[in-house]
Amino acid sequence: MTLSFEASSAASIARAVRAGETTAVDMVEASLARIVALNPRLNGFTAVVADRARGRAAAIDARRARGEALGPLAGAPFAVKNLFDVAGLPTLAGSKINASQAPAAADATLIERLEAADAILVGALNMGEYAYDFTGENQHYGPSRNPHAPEHMSGGSSGGSGTAVAAGMVPLSLGSDTNGSIRVPSSFCGLFGLKPTYGRLSRARTFPFVSSFDHLGPIARSVEDLALSFDAVQGPDPLDHAQARRAAEPTFASLEEGLGGLRIARAGGYFASGGQPEAYAAVDVVAAALGASRVVELPEARRARAAAYLITMAEGAALHLDRIRARPGDFDLDVRDRLIAGAMIPAGWVVRAQKFRAWYRDAVARVFEDVDIILAPSTPCRAPRIGQKDMTLDGVEMAVRANLGVYTQPISFIGLPVVGAPVWTPGEALPIGVQIIAAPWREDLALRVARWLESRGVCVSPTARR
Amino acid sequence: MNETGNDVSAVVDAMARLLDLELTDDSRPVVIAHFDIATKMAKGLMEFPLTDEAEPAPVFTP
Repeated sequence: MTLSFEASSAASIARAVRAGETTAVDMVEASLARIVALNPRLNGFTAVVADRARGRAAAIDARRARGEALGPLAGAPFAVKNLFDVAGLPTLAGSKINASQAPAAADATLIERLEAADAILVGALNMGEYAYDFTGENQHYGPSRNPHAPEHMSGGSSGGSGTAVAAGMVPLSLGSDTNGSIRVPSSFCGLFGLKPTYGRLSRARTFPFVSSFDHLGPIARSVEDLALSFDAVQGPDPLDHAQARRAAEPTFASLEEGLGGLRIARAGGYFASGGQPEAYAAVDVVAAALGASRVVELPEARRARAAAYLITMAEGAALHLDRIRARPGDFDLDVRDRLIAGAMIPAGWVVRAQKFRAWYRDAVARVFEDVDIILAPSTPCRAPRIGQKDMTLDGVEMAVRANLGVYTQPISFIGLPVVGAPVWTPGEALPIGVQIIAAPWREDLALRVARWLESRGVCVSPTARR
Repeated sequence: MNETGNDVSAVVDAMARLLDLELTDDSRPVVIAHFDIATKMAKGLMEFPLTDEAEPAPVFTP
């Protein structure tokens, strides 16, 4: 059987490798060849670990030849945002400054766990500097481009994680999401992305941004791949102080259980204003398919976004203060000046924002007493063009970089699990995403709904045509 | 003065001195603009009533 690598999911690759229909070596070579062919134009990767990947692939094929059982992601190539430690590489986190750091001594926990499931790391991915970004642009390494329309943004800050998967260079990537950095590139690049519950996954050996909000998660072209990879990386890790003391709760087995009994609503108010019509139209499409006519309000969502914004400014600035003083000229200027402003934020604002966060968490928990899933736009618009600085939303002119996360920030602020699902409109080259939001720890429900939408063709994630 | 009644540029200049952060001619207006956005964000937040007993969200577990 000939497997079309670029169109195949990680799950289908793994099934074929386990069945002996292809080999891990062939899959890694296909991935590396596609990176060589496409990356010079799309700029998703900042490092490729070809020798390491070939070695692991050969070892997996040898284990199969000996009759050993292989893992659920056997032979599936993947790549990680370059804020994940990869043994032997400096952990750039999108920066010039970190390039002079010593190479990482060991892989991030999540890489170890994906490779324990027999997936194969092929490289590290471009990102916005220090993750303070929604565009995928980077003054040092160039922008990661949108494979569906390369003059447009991939979205950020996990821009390369979107580029690499949408272009079919890998079927699966890992990103991070502090205020929307998995969901924005998933929206712009037409991908499925999972931002798990805050505290669900270990962040050990990844470069931080805002400890209060930092999440890690997968991006893929299939919901099955999100569930398989999420299940593979769950579980306690004493190295992340913020990880919840909670056992793994696998999601894959319930993926096909459908909508039975689920109460689904769409978010009104704040989430039904401030965007372009296509953002609401995408939610309309998904809500209609799901038969979700009910509208719920997340109270004080605008204040929630403001609180997330302030905590992000302050924590991000505190993290980078010494570097801003010592090497101001080596920062991406768009990032540096926001960080400088963040360093000046009064403590009272930040403490108040954290108190409001607890209030808002409780208020939203009450909304979830009556619903299981809430739908909202992922982004207020489709991918802007690379270099675009300003945009007009709902008649208001604003900066692109700071405002692409208007709908994602009030959700990650309280750590709710979300699957970003892509919607395509006939005649439009670019997609736009919808957030499928669940109550804390119910990733299984968000994934089930996303899988149902995928199986009906409502939300699909095709590989970009070259 | 901005619309929230604060002299944002004076605050930024003072804080830059306190924090030993250099503001170049290019970056100063950008920093002021970012800080001005923050003041507007904070205004709405600080107006929201919370009880004295309200606990901040992060919990340190020893």
